[in-house]
Amino acid sequence: MTEAIKGFTNKLGLPRLIIGTFFLLLFIMAIILKLPVNTLMSDTIRRFGMYGVLVLAMVPAIQCGTGPNFALPLGIVCGLVGGLISIEIGLIGALGFVGAIMISLPFAILAGWSYGILLNKIKGSEMLVATYTGFSVVFFMSIMWIFLPFKHPEMIWPIGDGLRVTIALDSTFGQILNNLWKFPIGGVEIPTGLLLFFLLSCLCVWLFTRSKLGIAMKAAGDNPKFALVSGINVDQCRIVGTILSTVLGAIGILVYAQSYGFIQLYQAPLMMAFPAVAAILIGGASASKAKISHVIIGVFLFQGLLTVALPVANEIVSEGNLSEVLRMIVQNGIILYALTKVGGGE
Amino acid sequence: MQEKYVLQMKNIEKDYFGNKVLKSVSLSVKPGEIHALLGENGAGKSTLMNILFGMPVIHSTGGFDGEVFIDAKKVDVKSPKEAMKIGIGMVHQEFMLVPGFNLTENIKLNREITKKNLLSKISGNSLNFLDRKKMDKDARKALDTLEIGLDEWAKVAGLPVGYMQFVEIAREIDKSNVKLLVFDEPTAVLTESEADNLMKSMKKIAASGIAILFITHRLDEVIKAADNVTVLRDGELVATRKKEDTNVLDLAELMVGRKIKVTNKLEDDKKNRKDHESILSIKNFRVNMPGEAVKGIELEVKKGEILGIGGLAGQGKVGIANGIMGIYESTGEVRLRGENLKLNNTREALKSGLAFVSEDRRGVGLLLDSSIEENIVVTTMQIKNEFLNRFGFFDQIDSKSIRSHGLKMIKDLDIRCTGPTQLTRRLSGGNQQKVCIARALTLEPDVLFVSEPTRGIDIGAKKLVLDLLVKLNKELGMTIVMTSSELAELRAVCDRIAIISEGKVEGILEPSARDRDFGLMMAGEYRKMYSKEAL
Repeated sequence: MTEAIKGFTNKLGLPRLIIGTFFLLLFIMAIILKLPVNTLMSDTIRRFGMYGVLVLAMVPAIQCGTGPNFALPLGIVCGLVGGLISIEIGLIGALGFVGAIMISLPFAILAGWSYGILLNKIKGSEMLVATYTGFSVVFFMSIMWIFLPFKHPEMIWPIGDGLRVTIALDSTFGQILNNLWKFPIGGVEIPTGLLLFFLLSCLCVWLFTRSKLGIAMKAAGDNPKFALVSGINVDQCRIVGTILSTVLGAIGILVYAQSYGFIQLYQAPLMMAFPAVAAILIGGASASKAKISHVIIGVFLFQGLLTVALPVANEIVSEGNLSEVLRMIVQNGIILYALTKVGGGE
Repeated sequence: MQEKYVLQMKNIEKDYFGNKVLKSVSLSVKPGEIHALLGENGAGKSTLMNILFGMPVIHSTGGFDGEVFIDAKKVDVKSPKEAMKIGIGMVHQEFMLVPGFNLTENIKLNREITKKNLLSKISGNSLNFLDRKKMDKDARKALDTLEIGLDEWAKVAGLPVGYMQFVEIAREIDKSNVKLLVFDEPTAVLTESEADNLMKSMKKIAASGIAILFITHRLDEVIKAADNVTVLRDGELVATRKKEDTNVLDLAELMVGRKIKVTNKLEDDKKNRKDHESILSIKNFRVNMPGEAVKGIELEVKKGEILGIGGLAGQGKVGIANGIMGIYESTGEVRLRGENLKLNNTREALKSGLAFVSEDRRGVGLLLDSSIEENIVVTTMQIKNEFLNRFGFFDQIDSKSIRSHGLKMIKDLDIRCTGPTQLTRRLSGGNQQKVCIARALTLEPDVLFVSEPTRGIDIGAKKLVLDLLVKLNKELGMTIVMTSSELAELRAVCDRIAIISEGKVEGILEPSARDRDFGLMMAGEYRKMYSKEAL
């Protein structure tokens, strides 16, 4: 019996066990506090699908050896540009969503390619450079959001120049995936389209990691010297991984936006990389190893934890915005913990 | 018998995790004597010196057995600092100098002569001023002893390498209590004339009563400078000789001599090979590999042979395979089956039928966090597009063929594991090495380069790996170029052995050649000696 428990713990990893238990505990407390459990469940599932692709964007980056992609905002702004152009040229509904992804792709590929070249020049300090690349691009785009010649009345300020801070997607592609084949079970809403899209993305990435190029990329990330001796072009693999990560970041933000119902510009993407990094690290990845299963477990635990923790905390201590503070503490605490595990190991 | 010794080491024994590296070694040095310590890499020279200096690596691995006497007093040196206090100085192979300081400052570093000032009277001695005049005078004296015309106020940065060595020595002899100086391969980085100067200085230092322990593998220097010689081999004391009683040939034989018998190879086998065509010819080949630079090699590899490449560490033997495979920058001409091989291009080298098992097994040879089967097929997959299923312009790995090939290799090479999906990190050294070889074999190469195949694996596994190489050579007719620091193992499996010295081929020997010839070649003396005879 103890052997079985030990085996199970080893397989799952202690951090996941602790966080999983904590998650369950919060859920039980939510029931005791008579919070609407079915809404919490719906929220957890929705956020799982909403953040999933953004977390998935970490996989190629980690596998190709550049570490967790803290420069996720780079991909995010590409996705945002795609979304904005899609609205501008008047695409709506499913066409609007697909159009947004298609339009964002060339931007993301170009951005990922040039960022990959940058990463090849600063091997060894990727994480720090990535963080500041992410920050820089957000601030650069904050200027661009004002100057870019968008004209659509739903996106620009009624008076003055530039794009609004938040742009509602009700009339375009808001909730397009969430509402696809959606059905309720016992008061819990299942956004089938959203989940399917996420799982499909996972499948695509998984298939890629099993292709020749994917294997080369993994080898290059795992042991660059080995890759070199096997005739693999390490720098090129790193660029491919970075492009893939940036593209997934672009798609990820569009999935996020349609589920949220708004496109958020200016400072909104600034900190978006951190929850994504935290989620995959909680899922069991390290700075040098990541699998699809880490994405799925991680995003579920991390988003589930945040979803349930907030109302529970609010219920216990009702004054002020403690929940927001708590969310920051939990989220950043998890990131901090996860980063201490960067060295990897079992 | 009651002679006065400055240093006596008696019956020193040391093992690292059950692996004996020193077996009852004794050493005595008189004041004013230059005593040479001679041996191959791994003979135990550095371990002996580590013990003398009380290096932490000795104590953290369980200490040592035996006794050390300094001036006939038993001492127990626990740290290099203590060794310094007792009066043992070390001249390092790599220079431990501060480039931005001048000579005086370097010589007097941490032993500065100081004088009081107002501030230091209040707050203690660490704020004292330096007494530059006195320091310069001391430095001058030390430099004069060595007869160097350098100015004591010159900066170390920009000095020629040879002079840096002298600054190091000056620093050591400036220490007032120094009784014994250890020179760790001091001539390795020096030109010939600089080395000659160093010899002279050493004699002068010795004449002033300081004993010198001189670690080297250059035989002519031993004869030139030393009074007595101690030869170590495989952790054993082979001989202690007076200079007058020995010569270069004798020392070479002592340094190399082995008890291991040459086996495995049939004589007629060898004769047949003589007229075999050459498969790989290397001309004026240079490799820019740090620490193992190759400086113009000429070498012919014959089809179907096992060619050994031997030599001491740092002489460039490891650089050859690395250079041909395009891992380090190389120039020159390499012809494979008569065709020019593109250099500095690993992919091209692999494609044209070369394969390489790296000397750095864990660092370069393996994906430690991947399974055995993945490790075995990954290179072939990338180079030859095998083990893949194609779907239009998309491809997927072919798990079935990978598994069956992995199982076949595990069976053929007898890799001990729990299964083809076991991570290579969890395998023992010998089995890891077999995975590396399996990966190279999967490429079905014409020429297989194997570097240090037995490094860091235990004796039983060593034999298995070597037998495997012989088997591959005999049964598949594979040409193998094996680089190894262990001469015994080269002599056991190779058809011919090329000895590399200072980045060049010193000579090519049959495995059955005399010990002394091997020794001379490894020390880079062979050509000198025989060209002299020719005159």
